[in-house]
Amino acid sequence: MTAAAQPLPAARRSKRMTPARWGLYAFIFITALYFLLPLYVMVVTSLKPMAEIRQGNLLALPVAPSIDAWVKAWTSACTGLTCQGIKIGFLNSLRIMVPSVVISILVGSLTGYALSLWRVRGGNILFGTMMVVAFIPYQVFIYPLVRVFSFTGLGQSLLTIVIIHTIFGLPTMTLLFRNYFASLPVELFKAARVDGAGFYQIYARIMMPMATPMIVVAVILQTTGIWNDFILGLVFAGRDNLPMTVQLNNIVNSTQGERAYNVDMAATLLTALLPLVVYFGSGRWFVRGIAAGAVKG
Amino acid sequence: MQKSNVDIRSLQIGFGGLKVLENLNLNVEASEFLVLLGPSGCGKSTLLNAIAGLIDVRGGEIHIGGRDVTWAEPKDRGIAMVFQSYALYPRMSVRRNMSFGLSVAGTPRDEIERRVGEAARMLQLNSLLDRRPSELSGGQRQRVAIGRALVRHAGVYLFDEPLSNLDAQLRAELRVEIKRLHARLGATMIYVTHDQIEALTLADRIAVMQGGVIQQLDTPKKIYREPVNRFVASFVGSPAMNFIPGRIARDGETGFIAGANRLGLNGYAFRGLPTDAPAVLGIRPEHIELTASDDPSAVSARVEMVEPMGADTLIWCRLADNTAFSFRHDADAQVCVGDTLNVRFPAEALSLFDEISGQRL
Amino acid sequence: MRLSLNSRISAITALLPALLVMLVVYIGATGWTVWMSLTNSRMLPNNNFVGLRQYEMLFGNDRWITSVHNIVIYGVLFVSLALSIGFLLAVAIDQRVRAEDTIRSIYLYPYSMSFVVTGLVWQWLLNPTLGIQHVLRSWGFEGATFDWIVRPETAIYCLVIAGVWQASGLVMAIMLAGLRGVDEEIWKATRVDGLPKWRVYVSIIIPMMGASFATAAVLLSTGVVRLYDLSVAMTNGGPGIASEVPAKFVMDHLFERANIGLATAAATTMLITVIAVVAPYFYWRTRKGEMR
Ligand SMILES: Nc1ncnc2c1ncn2[C@@H]1O[C@H](COP(=O)(O)OP(=O)(O)OP(=O)(O)O)[C@@H](O)[C@H]1O
Ligand SMILES: [Mg+2]
Repeated sequence: MTAAAQPLPAARRSKRMTPARWGLYAFIFITALYFLLPLYVMVVTSLKPMAEIRQGNLLALPVAPSIDAWVKAWTSACTGLTCQGIKIGFLNSLRIMVPSVVISILVGSLTGYALSLWRVRGGNILFGTMMVVAFIPYQVFIYPLVRVFSFTGLGQSLLTIVIIHTIFGLPTMTLLFRNYFASLPVELFKAARVDGAGFYQIYARIMMPMATPMIVVAVILQTTGIWNDFILGLVFAGRDNLPMTVQLNNIVNSTQGERAYNVDMAATLLTALLPLVVYFGSGRWFVRGIAAGAVKG
Repeated sequence: MQKSNVDIRSLQIGFGGLKVLENLNLNVEASEFLVLLGPSGCGKSTLLNAIAGLIDVRGGEIHIGGRDVTWAEPKDRGIAMVFQSYALYPRMSVRRNMSFGLSVAGTPRDEIERRVGEAARMLQLNSLLDRRPSELSGGQRQRVAIGRALVRHAGVYLFDEPLSNLDAQLRAELRVEIKRLHARLGATMIYVTHDQIEALTLADRIAVMQGGVIQQLDTPKKIYREPVNRFVASFVGSPAMNFIPGRIARDGETGFIAGANRLGLNGYAFRGLPTDAPAVLGIRPEHIELTASDDPSAVSARVEMVEPMGADTLIWCRLADNTAFSFRHDADAQVCVGDTLNVRFPAEALSLFDEISGQRL
Repeated sequence: MRLSLNSRISAITALLPALLVMLVVYIGATGWTVWMSLTNSRMLPNNNFVGLRQYEMLFGNDRWITSVHNIVIYGVLFVSLALSIGFLLAVAIDQRVRAEDTIRSIYLYPYSMSFVVTGLVWQWLLNPTLGIQHVLRSWGFEGATFDWIVRPETAIYCLVIAGVWQASGLVMAIMLAGLRGVDEEIWKATRVDGLPKWRVYVSIIIPMMGASFATAAVLLSTGVVRLYDLSVAMTNGGPGIASEVPAKFVMDHLFERANIGLATAAATTMLITVIAVVAPYFYWRTRKGEMR
């Protein structure tokens, strides 16, 4: 270097707060506000009486917080013709979600297992096709599926929607488990084979117990995904089984007369509650889940 | 090209509660090739990164070329660095990898071209200049990384295990190349490795480190022949030095007693006055000699195992008192397991260590 | 290792559901949809082949044209904004900031919420009488107007705001994983070279993150094509038909307007668009040997 003579700052370099760091924290603070704003507004709106909402400020904290709107949203808000609150939808969503999650994980893991460890002829083609079709919008399949289900006599029912969720969850679940099983040491599989274990024994006794992390990821992914589904529930669940998202939309968007914003927001929060609990409860697992299931989104 | 010395005074570095270097002093002469050698985790990279300005120090000073650079930015220190993972910019051509830093610093274009051309010639990179790093072999990548350091025309070059990702043959080739480069540039080089062959072949001086402390700073020959403590003795040299426990006896002539055997220590350069005390004798396998049975200093040992190593053979023996040692002999030695041999431990080639402190006696 | 016959049969039976789903649902249903788009089916499917007539009608249909127009605006803005905001957020978090986990959770939580919830919240926030506009005015900005959601020319931008809010966190997570994968020594090398940080990001890091950008872009774009819930919940296509989108066009014509031929023509058009996005991506991934 030619600049040998030029003096260097001998002062202790302060690592703490340079202007650039201030800018960084300001950026983070402002963006965090943008992301938190809707959640905050939902909560405060749901706790205000309507009079306060009409006169006051959207961002203001409730003067006289009350949970009346929550009670109303849960028990007596009108979802179309009936007025039994969002709890009906909550229960429907639960009834749809639990079997769908279990069955889709079972089928997906079995498919992933067969595709990863057993060299079945055509397996790669099957897998490749699955990955491609996972991107196709539902609108392309929906009508033929409606026809098929009405032809088989299932029509719109709980069973139909569970089957539908299993079908549309299959590519992601398969991907998840196939990649996981493929990452395990193959010796494990070979040792089990040498010990004389058969296809289903290896699956149930060795592979699934080892796949606990992937099962957690899959449960998170499917729980939130199925809970948040709107279009499939709308089309396939039938009038008596409409999931929470559909009922919520009915409460908010088909109200006659004056809108009760506090009830709307309470119902919205109630609908968002389960995914939020799963999200904040699962921490990094959620990130792992979306990373692993990223191919479908 | 300027040659700078590096002077490190009472350097302290830590991560959180962990103190990695404490009160470390090191003076590297201008044009010197200094190797930092030590086991994994001993703080070699930490020291090198501190010289480069890549980590903050807690205390002490670093002077390069006579300037206090303790708090200077890496680019202002007159250093260049070569990394273990090469750290090439993957989406840039070889040429751009070498020129990017200069062009951002505003160096005139013809000057950049001149320096890149010069470095490419020195490292035989001319035909690779327009390739991406992903299109190069490991050895080529490392040469590009060296080239990127060269164009900086720095006073001090820092290498952090530059060859450890390469296979043995490439490693040997590049080692020679680096040595040639040093001879040609005459720049100061500080080189981190845990490969003792690299250290012994490249260095003007070696600093053997352990636990954040420089155990010995000396020429390769001195380090090899006169290790200052048991750690240095056992860390340097392959096959490893033999250690035989025993004690120093001063009944008349000073000697070393191990079991029933007594070795005369006439010719051993004691550092202080020898005292009667437990000690450990160290001797390198190649310094043990076969001798005749009537030699008064002969020790007889039983052969336990014979390992041919190509040029020579390593023979594992056991003394009557059960101490095991190995020694090196030409490949044509006619030795079989179970034979009894008479060997001699020449006093000039010995190292004696205090049994408790491990320091050289 | 030879597979025993039993195991071989078990493996094949285990794959039967998947095979069936592939053949019947994905391929069969897609084929049927494409076929119906070539017929003049109205309320019920029929087999009267009419060639590309439905497609001619489709592209002469105002509502479809508006939908396509909207989805292009939405797609371009949503993808570019979500990518750039998500990337900036990831870069900010990557600067070894304090409370990193909390900040990351804040950015990502909207992604756990459904489009219905997202749409309804933003509908409320953007409500001109009581929402953000009202807040601005009450703060003394008397002339402030933020009534995009009730104005036909701007309603689609409201969907963009909500969509970006929901999806930026996902981009952030993908990008952060990419940034964390950058070799620490590359950063050291740039410091020795004396490169300013912004320059490192622009010239070295962004070019290295091609895979992350591609993954995020493909995810976002396929989300664009299937955009439905957000439009239904937030504006229900309104005001008028100002924020209609193709997926909604298909659903309405299938189930409310009983025009199956037209609906399936629209669905087939969506399919072709998705293939146009996804095929190059898969080709690129396979070529790079990253197909996992
Ligand atoms: N960023 C860091 N945070 C915390 N501890 C660290 C960090 N970097 C290094 N250390 C610790 O400092 C010590 C010295 O590490 P250093 O990297 O200097 O070792 P090294 O001699 O280069 O080893 P190797 O030969 O494996 O590269 C180790 O105990 C290591 O765990
Ligand atoms: Mg190191």
